[in-house]
Amino acid sequence: MRPGVKLLLVAAALTAAGVVIGFYVSNLTSLAGSPTYTPPVANASSGHPVVNLQIQTVAAVGPKLSPNPDWVSYLIKNNGQWQRKTVWDLPAHATVHVTIYNFDGASGLRNPYLARPQGMVGNQILVDGKPTQAVDPNEASHTFAVPALGLILAIPGVADEAKDQCGYAPCPMSNAHRTIQFTFHTTTPGHYRWQCFVPCAAGWIDGFGGPMQTIGYMDGFLNVKA
Amino acid sequence: MAAEPSAASRPPADSTNHGFRVVVAWIALSVVATPLVAILVGRLFPPGNGSAQGTEQVLDNTVLLSVITPVVCLLAVFFVYGLRSFHAAPGAVVDGPPLRNDSRIQILWIVGTGVIVLFLAGFGTFELLQNGAGGGQGPNPIAVPGGSKLQVQVIGQQWQFTYRYPSLGGLESNQLVLPENTDVELHVTSLDVIHSFWAYELGVKADANPGSDNVAFVETKGPETFHVRCAELCGLWHGYMYNNGRVVSSAQFQSWASQQKKLYAAIAPFMNKSPADGGAPYSKTYLPLPSERAG
Repeated sequence: MRPGVKLLLVAAALTAAGVVIGFYVSNLTSLAGSPTYTPPVANASSGHPVVNLQIQTVAAVGPKLSPNPDWVSYLIKNNGQWQRKTVWDLPAHATVHVTIYNFDGASGLRNPYLARPQGMVGNQILVDGKPTQAVDPNEASHTFAVPALGLILAIPGVADEAKDQCGYAPCPMSNAHRTIQFTFHTTTPGHYRWQCFVPCAAGWIDGFGGPMQTIGYMDGFLNVKA
Repeated sequence: MAAEPSAASRPPADSTNHGFRVVVAWIALSVVATPLVAILVGRLFPPGNGSAQGTEQVLDNTVLLSVITPVVCLLAVFFVYGLRSFHAAPGAVVDGPPLRNDSRIQILWIVGTGVIVLFLAGFGTFELLQNGAGGGQGPNPIAVPGGSKLQVQVIGQQWQFTYRYPSLGGLESNQLVLPENTDVELHVTSLDVIHSFWAYELGVKADANPGSDNVAFVETKGPETFHVRCAELCGLWHGYMYNNGRVVSSAQFQSWASQQKKLYAAIAPFMNKSPADGGAPYSKTYLPLPSERAG
């Protein structure tokens, strides 16, 4: 093979590799391909958009919702169906009412600092209807945190001895669960990552692998749009 | 074997003192370039003058640049001079003059570079031993600045840093706020994987290892905002593991601390446990009860 042809082939291969890497990075940054949930938006009397989110946190997502049935996960309610989508489109400068139904047991916080709910309206949450400004770190099951918005809250777990604990998700409301409610405000448009700070990935070293490192389970994005 | 070229075909003997010319050109260039580079380029070096350690690092980088500038000048002069003086004449078919060993130049080169390396090793050691140069020194630091210091524990976890102030009752915050003109003793650790605490403008960089207390020192200067980011690839959201810190006046620092104490009063009982119970100030891990039960 002539040197010129070899050089041409090498250049073509490098170009192709560059294009593939470019598409991969572009796909990552644009989140293309990640299933997205767009909630219905109402308008408050003040004119600001208002959104309601209903969320489940489950110990095992189950075979209906994931090829990894034993992975811990967040689920979002869409048209009455629980779906495993963790990228959510939200309007900018909106009021977001969130209800989390937690069906998982306690894992505990590694850092008790995260026990203080902050960044939501009133810097407090409702746990089973009771206003709460501190969750016992040892009773925490998960957290919902959007660091760029300063939003952090710990989610208390279901007691170890509770009856009717959920197996595989989606979990019916008849199963033992905790209910957490809070309201926060979105700000300017952008991608805001959210995550769980509790190393809750059972079966992985120190609980840090699998669903803790994969968008679509314990991590996601708020796509705040104008 | 090729026959020796006849006397007629050899190039005429070169009586030019090339070595003298090169040395003169090198000294002239170095005398001009070294101060220019040190003054004009040195002040642009990272990380800036945000702390005493940052200023020292700028000085270190400037000294390094100043030392290597004459070396670079020598190479540049010799390269250019060689291209101009030792190239073959157009159309020439004869070999150039043979290259011969010159032990004086070899010795000069070895001694010169040896002196430079030894000087830099001594200078670097001196700088490190003053106060650690902003680097993590492990749990038993040997370069400890004198005087009282504000202790701050830096806690890395996937994926944020938080900061615990034992002198403020174990107060913890996700904002790193420091008083101006203060010696700070940073205790860097991690709750999960390996992170690296990098306060860029302060010139501080220390690995955050789980179960380890990595101590670094910094002396703040005037009020400023600085960047903090994780410098160790630590998982999915590593790229988001950054925020800003602030150096403020003493009055502003006290005011901030009071606000934070009020905000976090609800969790003070959890934060003020003794270290043996997994609480403040310098417990290396904070293992919650469920994990302890799980072993």
